[in-house]
Amino acid sequence: MTKLHIFTRGLVKDNAVFVLMIGLCPALATSSTVRDGFGMGLAATFVLVFSNLLISILRKNIPNEVRIPIFILIISTFVTIIDYMMQAFQPDLYRALGVFVPLIVVNCMILGRAEAYASKSSVLDSVLDGLGTGLGFTLALTVMGTLREVLGNGTFLGMSVFGESFQKAPVIFMIMSPGAFLVIGILKALINKYVKKELR
Amino acid sequence: MKSPALIFLAAFLVNNIVLMRFLGLCPFFGVSSTVETATGMGMAVIFVMTLAAWITWIVFNVILLPLNLVFLRTAIFILTIASLVQLVEMFLKKSYRALYNALGIYLPLITTNCAILGVTFLNIDNRFSLLNGTVFAIGTGLGFTLVIIVFAAIRERLDLAPINPALKGYPISFIAASLMALAFLGFTGLFGLT
Repeated sequence: MTKLHIFTRGLVKDNAVFVLMIGLCPALATSSTVRDGFGMGLAATFVLVFSNLLISILRKNIPNEVRIPIFILIISTFVTIIDYMMQAFQPDLYRALGVFVPLIVVNCMILGRAEAYASKSSVLDSVLDGLGTGLGFTLALTVMGTLREVLGNGTFLGMSVFGESFQKAPVIFMIMSPGAFLVIGILKALINKYVKKELR
Repeated sequence: MKSPALIFLAAFLVNNIVLMRFLGLCPFFGVSSTVETATGMGMAVIFVMTLAAWITWIVFNVILLPLNLVFLRTAIFILTIASLVQLVEMFLKKSYRALYNALGIYLPLITTNCAILGVTFLNIDNRFSLLNGTVFAIGTGLGFTLVIIVFAAIRERLDLAPINPALKGYPISFIAASLMALAFLGFTGLFGLT
């Protein structure tokens, strides 16, 4: 596999949210606006890249029997770092994401990449894999956030899209919880119908 | 300060953990193919959630807070819950065989259930007392069980329904969950809870 393939695997072909259907909790909970979705995606990407990096460096020194607790400790270290950094530099975003920032630690996407890839691969490949998977997650959350914010609030990143009259009565349903389930359900149906066949 | 009864209702219905807070979606979609497995999963979650709420509350207020180690919260909580689940599994296997046979296979799955860790964090963030934290955990666990059993019943019917092939499986399940969430929005404002 070339370096480009390693990067694009997680970005498109095995996209965590749209294809593998993992990491759903943060994907649905934080995609009510573009900013929240994008911020959550970047936070998860940070944790993924650095935990992949550290696990790959230490992969020959981690005893096989206790590897899962060690992976979890490494991941939770980076989660704590991003938790405190976001609290200090992006307090509004931190408040909006709430409990989902510390919960990055149980995102199966991250432990999955550590176990399936970083613990067996070279340092550069692991970082590329983490970056691709993380940005794929960010992409999915941003797409969902865009659809939900534009329809549910009439804005994109706070800027008005359809003008005043739409914003007075938007489809509020979309930024509430049923909208999240509906958007991912319809996106998944479209992917099943149009995308998957060509990739196979 | 809210009364325990209101905390229970808010956790059980108004802020339902799955449909309103989006926690525990993996078991919600993964272990809901039949009503029987959904019930087992729900019971295991109630049990572990309550125990985890107690243990993490004690760990946080007795060890982490006095020693100024709050920044270790994430790491300590996940390790505590992982070892708790292992201990519970071993204890049930030895002492309560019937209960183990009913819940056993669901217990290992629970370690990766973000609902459990989420509830322990929410307990701390809301500064609940031990009593309120327990009530909150039981209410949340019951809310999870209610929703996953209803959802499993819906999915059993969906399996038999004639559905467009593109919608089969996940997409139609998401849309069914969306309609359930819409129904649960109706609980907003119950007894003035939001």
